[in-house]
Amino acid sequence: MMPAQGFGRRYMKAFLKGFFVAVPVTVTFLDQVACVARVEGASMQPSLNPGGSHSSDVVLLNHWKVRNYEVQRGDIVSLVSPKNPEQKIIKRVIALEGDIIKTMGHKNRYVKVPRGHMWVEGDHHGHSFDSNAFGPVSLGLLHAHATHILWPPKRWQRLESILPPERAPVQIEEK
Amino acid sequence: MCQWCPSLHRTMLRSILGKTFRLLGYTLQYGCIAHCAFEYVGGVVVCSGPSMEPTIQNSDIVFAENLSRHFYAIQRGDIIIAKSPSDPKSNICKRVIGLEGDKVFTHSPSDYLKSHSYVPRGHVWLEGDNLQNSTDSRYYGPIPYGLIRGRICLKIWPLNDFGLLRDSPNGHRFSDE
Repeated sequence: MMPAQGFGRRYMKAFLKGFFVAVPVTVTFLDQVACVARVEGASMQPSLNPGGSHSSDVVLLNHWKVRNYEVQRGDIVSLVSPKNPEQKIIKRVIALEGDIIKTMGHKNRYVKVPRGHMWVEGDHHGHSFDSNAFGPVSLGLLHAHATHILWPPKRWQRLESILPPERAPVQIEEK
Repeated sequence: MCQWCPSLHRTMLRSILGKTFRLLGYTLQYGCIAHCAFEYVGGVVVCSGPSMEPTIQNSDIVFAENLSRHFYAIQRGDIIIAKSPSDPKSNICKRVIGLEGDKVFTHSPSDYLKSHSYVPRGHVWLEGDNLQNSTDSRYYGPIPYGLIRGRICLKIWPLNDFGLLRDSPNGHRFSDE
């Protein structure tokens, strides 16, 4: 009677204490350090999702690396879509602020990337909704840097920051 | 040199290490709770600059809630805090004048005639209440909704101006057009 009630209350207290420690720490970790995500779509083929809808890649997203908005040309990053804030898109960084690049299918032939912005493109040109459609994106929309493919196991690899040579900027602003 | 000194030092060292780890543990735990509170509920913000006068003066302290942006419930007339489109490390504080699809007037100092444009999908049009002294969407264009961080709902300081924030002094009439 009395011991059983005491045990139940102590269990509840321990559970609540664990809950209030575990939930904020986990949420903060997933928001600020790293999380995983499944990639959908064909805009980054062949780097991501080469099998199409049959097998979607799962990537490791590293928030910690972009906490100061530092990205390099060639990085694969996830960002909030400028056309739909409920969606995140994953693309490769082609140009940083100050660069002049030659666009593919944008309304202007040459674009200078404004301060605080970047130019992103999918590897599968023509099947990608990227900066060629919506222009340079603000660095504030950066979500994470995709560093590794975690699933399927035969596609375990580190994603390299390679800038395709034909997409290199026409002019780079010296800092 | 007493023979129990080494064990005494070891015990003191262990208790200091224990206390340090416990302190780090509590700091981490409360830091995470503070992060979750600010990210998903709201927090206190100090505003600087003249662009929102007379509604918000320089060095006023306000409370910003972050729930509206997660539920996509930001409306015309709301005063919001957003990341600056040209410098993601700094924040701007402006009023939402137009949502996606709205018609907004873009006053350019060079144009004699007032031109208008439509706010693109996924973007918002911001203007400061102090139109003469505000760098806002009239200068840098509409900003993506994803840059919005929170909505200011209450002014806390100075106390003689405590309470909900006034409507725009610039006579915008917000209808569902």
